[in-house]
Amino acid sequence: MAQLDNRVEHHSPKPAGSSAQVETTDTVEMKTPEKVCGMGHRMKRKEDGRFLQGKGRFIDDIKLPGMLHMCIVRSPYAHAKILNIDTTAALAMKGVVAVITGKDLKAAGNLHYMPTLMSDTQPVLPIDKVLYYAQEVCAVIATDRYIAADAREKVVVDYEPLQAVVDPHKALEDKIIVREDKEKKTNHVWHWSAGNAAATDAVFAKAAHVVKEDIYLPRIHVCSIETCGMVANYDKVREHMQLYMTSQAPHAHRTVFALVSGLPEHKIQVIAPDIGGGFGGKVPVYPGYVVCAVASLVIGKPVKWIEDRSENLQADSFARDYHIKAELAADANGKLTGLRVRTLADCGITDAAANPSKFPAGLYSICTGSYQLEAADVQVDGVYTHKPPGGVAYRCSFRVTEAVHLIERMVDIMAHDLKQDPAEFRLKNFIRPDQFPYKSPTGWEYDSGNYEGALRKAMAMIDYPALKKEQLEKRAKGQLMGIGISSFTEVVGAGPAADYDILGIKMFDSAEIRIHPTGKAIARLGTKSQGQGHETTYAQIIAEELGLPASDIQIEEGDTDTAPYGLGTYASRSTPTSGAAAAMAARKIRAKAKKIAAYLLEVGEQDLEWNIDRFQVKGSPDQKKTIQEIAFAAYTNHPPDIEAGLEATDYYNPPNLTFPFGSYICVVDIDTGTGAVKVRRFVAVDDCGKIINPMIVEGQIEGGLTMGLAPALFEEIVYDENGQNLTGTMADYLLPTAVESPKWEIGKTITPSPHHPFGAKGIGESPTVGAPPAIANAVVDALWHLGVRHLDIPLTPQKVWKALRDHGVNN
Amino acid sequence: MSQHKIQLTVNGEAVEREVEARTLLVHFIRETLELTGTHIGCDTTSCGACTVMLNGKPTKSCTVFAVQAHQARIETVESLAQGGKLHPLQQGFWEKHGLQCGFCTPGMLMSAKSLLEKNPKPSEAEIREGISGNICRCTGYNKIVEAIQYAAEKLQEAQ
Repeated sequence: MAQLDNRVEHHSPKPAGSSAQVETTDTVEMKTPEKVCGMGHRMKRKEDGRFLQGKGRFIDDIKLPGMLHMCIVRSPYAHAKILNIDTTAALAMKGVVAVITGKDLKAAGNLHYMPTLMSDTQPVLPIDKVLYYAQEVCAVIATDRYIAADAREKVVVDYEPLQAVVDPHKALEDKIIVREDKEKKTNHVWHWSAGNAAATDAVFAKAAHVVKEDIYLPRIHVCSIETCGMVANYDKVREHMQLYMTSQAPHAHRTVFALVSGLPEHKIQVIAPDIGGGFGGKVPVYPGYVVCAVASLVIGKPVKWIEDRSENLQADSFARDYHIKAELAADANGKLTGLRVRTLADCGITDAAANPSKFPAGLYSICTGSYQLEAADVQVDGVYTHKPPGGVAYRCSFRVTEAVHLIERMVDIMAHDLKQDPAEFRLKNFIRPDQFPYKSPTGWEYDSGNYEGALRKAMAMIDYPALKKEQLEKRAKGQLMGIGISSFTEVVGAGPAADYDILGIKMFDSAEIRIHPTGKAIARLGTKSQGQGHETTYAQIIAEELGLPASDIQIEEGDTDTAPYGLGTYASRSTPTSGAAAAMAARKIRAKAKKIAAYLLEVGEQDLEWNIDRFQVKGSPDQKKTIQEIAFAAYTNHPPDIEAGLEATDYYNPPNLTFPFGSYICVVDIDTGTGAVKVRRFVAVDDCGKIINPMIVEGQIEGGLTMGLAPALFEEIVYDENGQNLTGTMADYLLPTAVESPKWEIGKTITPSPHHPFGAKGIGESPTVGAPPAIANAVVDALWHLGVRHLDIPLTPQKVWKALRDHGVNN
Repeated sequence: MSQHKIQLTVNGEAVEREVEARTLLVHFIRETLELTGTHIGCDTTSCGACTVMLNGKPTKSCTVFAVQAHQARIETVESLAQGGKLHPLQQGFWEKHGLQCGFCTPGMLMSAKSLLEKNPKPSEAEIREGISGNICRCTGYNKIVEAIQYAAEKLQEAQ
């Protein structure tokens, strides 16, 4: 792999209309009747019946005849030589079929290494050395899950432990080289920059106020309640590999498997069944998947591999782990002018980030946020350490959470330093609606926005002035109450093919719609739901465009043999890409339907107009053909000059990304005795553009907020100095329950995207991105008068208690 | 590994099987009985995805041996809908969008059922406490609370 030295961020020019001034409203539009249930309806989810009755089909529910079970032997060291792997005792056990080691994979065609999504390399199974704690060392395949687990204990691996380098700052000294297998003997992976360093220096030179802060965003883990797994089913006679897989991107994974294994791509079928939560953790290809597939290929029987929770928490890809140094400048009037950011990105042992190929730090340079700045200079260095690969998103679009956290913390520190109200300070510095089309100092063309509208709405919902008054009264009594704001801008929906690809495959996405003769339909898409409700949302989009009842439209995703190619579901891209493709494919169908209607009504196409579910003759609405009538005619009485059938496919390449935004206000109370933080209120105003199903959007927001609360207060993957993971169970890695989660209060504004076919922007991740700084800002706000300027998340009772004691609070 | 014959009632049906002493109840339910609605999320009694009713009490079946269920009465998510009609809790979860990926849902439903049996009119705080042994990563819990409130009302009306 070529080292990605000195990468400079580039943004291709966007077509006109990619960024525009757009009117904001707050009412959900609904054009279709209840019967059709197009966009805007609170349609109950079509997928729920099976989940409610225990009839979902998740990976571990799949059972094939003769299926074997695989267990993985993992390293107890973060860095060690492998002296010997003795599999004799394991192989001697009744029911054990095989033990697969790195040497076996090498012999099978150099399968002991695989490429990562960022074109780095990653050991599948190591031969000489282990490089992280819980690394896959070898795999046992047996007739039964319990026997495989027993046999795992019988594999004897001799290690010679070596010193591990865990801290990325120390890793940069290059005293211990993590990847000795590489040509360049350095732990420095890449340097990346965006913005304009000289212009930023000039802005800082004349700044009246500068604030500086070090911010660490620790490693966290998506910890979906379903772990990862695979059932690999190789048919030696048909030379066909069927892979049931917990995959957020089944088509891309099929291509990766074809490239790595040399199996022809048409002989590989990836099927992502129901998925029990993804959040980015089911985007990477993990070694376990590859070994499971190889095991089935070699043995010729189906092989199942299901991670246990500890394996999942210790070895699957992590998010964040950004060590940030930020500086923010303002002029004498308190107008923000410049941002300078330096960051160390801890990659672990390989750059396996799930980012677009040309963006090693993801979309991090969106970190100028919702504010007008004259200049910005953002630089990131990727570093190897003896830790598992990082770089999945944790319910966010490629590092946007890191970007939002840093700017929202810095803006808050500046406001406090200047003794200005953080809300008023934001209102003064926001990009105004009339400044669109807007181009940011790091090159982004925000599609549309109304940041002031969202913040003012949140302030009204929570009665901001009353809170400020209450805070003063409480402070006088020695009680610690904090108010925190976050006014974030997201960037989702990757993406324009000119700039965005994964392993060279452009990040378009697809939809294929077929209308059956009786007016029912099936649509297949290149994305893959993991709980987002695609079976309902996509049906509503097509219902809106074609007037077919959403309940008459079957939605399918996840089977690469049947669905059109797509890059999958992550980074809030499904509605911006496949949702757009569904609308475009439906419009192609409508265009053909118009020809058929004209033929049937014996009028010219120009004489027809579309009305919800029918074409009618202009001025004579009784002369009409419904979409169902047209569908029947498409197979029974179609015009002689056009082909039969009523179907269309669309591969949608968005002209720009979409930029959802919102403003959150959080109220916390801090227990001065224990340091415990209680989120008393949390108001979230989100703007995701056009809303398709308000109920699903609310669900995405509330769920996203809880996944924002989690890293703000509880979650952190902790390593000791030897690289041992100290948080490998759910008893150590704390997920919020219903008790810790506040009753979320949500509101909305609607500022459609100017370039999306129906104005949608995406919502799944905004709240996870926006919530942590609102909570952190609230906690620091409660402590600011004591002299606390910054605390890193998670804001655990211990951390807050220590801050209290360090600043003279002893009760 | 010693084999044991166990007899129990699962979703109202008498069941008799030979199991290994170490077989976990959740594996017995999922693999031997092929009732895959009960899920495994954490293996350590933390997440609640495997919650079933054992003699009327919500129990995390990932840390109970099948042999411990000898002579017991087990109810799983598959028992909730009766005669093609959803249980009020299932209706509530559907109506109020109390599920997203659906993986935690079966366990959540069983804990909620137990809660409403003990406390037919729970406050919001009591509902949150009652499901605090079940982790949902998708919904943020607001809508699960609303779903349980909906079911509580329906069950009250039915009485």
